Amino acid sequence: MIAAFALILVCQLFGEVVSELFDLPVPGPVIGLVLLFIGLLIKRKPPKVLTDAADNLLIHFSLLFVPAGVGVVTQMDRLKGDWLPITAALVISTLLTMVLTAFLMSKLLPKAKPGERLEDGQ
Amino acid sequence: MNETDITQLWVYLSAKPLTGLTITLVAYAIGFWLYQKSDRNPICNPVVIAIALIAMLLKVTGTPYATYFEGAQFVHFLLGPATVALAVPLFRQTETLKRALPVIAFGVLFGSLVASASTVILAWALGASPETLASLAPKSVTTPVAMGIAENIGGVPALTAVCVIATGIVGATLGPMVMNMARLKDWRARGFAMGVASHGIGTARAFQVNETAGAFSGLAMGLNTLATALTIPFLWHWIFG
Repeated sequence: MIAAFALILVCQLFGEVVSELFDLPVPGPVIGLVLLFIGLLIKRKPPKVLTDAADNLLIHFSLLFVPAGVGVVTQMDRLKGDWLPITAALVISTLLTMVLTAFLMSKLLPKAKPGERLEDGQ
Repeated sequence: MNETDITQLWVYLSAKPLTGLTITLVAYAIGFWLYQKSDRNPICNPVVIAIALIAMLLKVTGTPYATYFEGAQFVHFLLGPATVALAVPLFRQTETLKRALPVIAFGVLFGSLVASASTVILAWALGASPETLASLAPKSVTTPVAMGIAENIGGVPALTAVCVIATGIVGATLGPMVMNMARLKDWRARGFAMGVASHGIGTARAFQVNETAGAFSGLAMGLNTLATALTIPFLWHWIFG
């Protein structure tokens, strides 16, 4: 378990260093993600301790958003000033993205097998 | 104990990192309990409940956010390693990825661009300030990455965090309804779109509805994180200088 967490942290640290060194706009953890993904592709069969460690980190992924989200208390003035554009962007753009992407993918993906479609009355 | 004693006790306790950390976990536990009680209704999102409870507590006690964050940073820190760990669920989708790589890559790039372009154009047309625009632009990717992108392009990471979470909730609650109205019935396409437009919160919802939708949603979320992190900052600096 310790080795698995250490590996994850090493990937992140590598990402942070690369991001800083080359002044990349890509966040360090994303570079770490790519590095770990490439490592998994090469290794083909990831060790169970690593997948367990990753699953444990991700099982309550949403908990990790709470401290940043509480930061809303520092943003009240901005939210009040820009509430209309923010609300419109959140609702309209999110739903527009979803419908357009779903439409595109339903046209481009190979024909759905039985069970891959929502049947009428379901 | 009279009121002054309680106030003094709070002043003492709130200065300890342990308090911020404990409050975070307790508030989330309450949120998660309510979420399960509501039969996993996406409106009872545990993150939203936890944030609302903590924000109210800070307001009532007059505690500054920075004091709370002294303790909460230990939870916040884990966002980095958790982002790296996303490589594992992404790796589990390798087979799906291989089968339709060009289509999936095109779909992710398309969704990523529609999400940020429509957000920025709409918010700009309605008069949002430049900082708000930069904070909103990466709203469809998972929080830690969105915050990193926002910081890079001149946004306010705290505002981004709030917008990302709200985006997830909008997508998870209204998304399936709107896709029904648009007669989109392919589970793979529906899941994929949920993951692209509303990241982890959308993916969690997709998994509840249909396993195929969930798998495609997870795949789309992971790839969209990469696509957005690799394109938005460059496009932003290129367009706005």
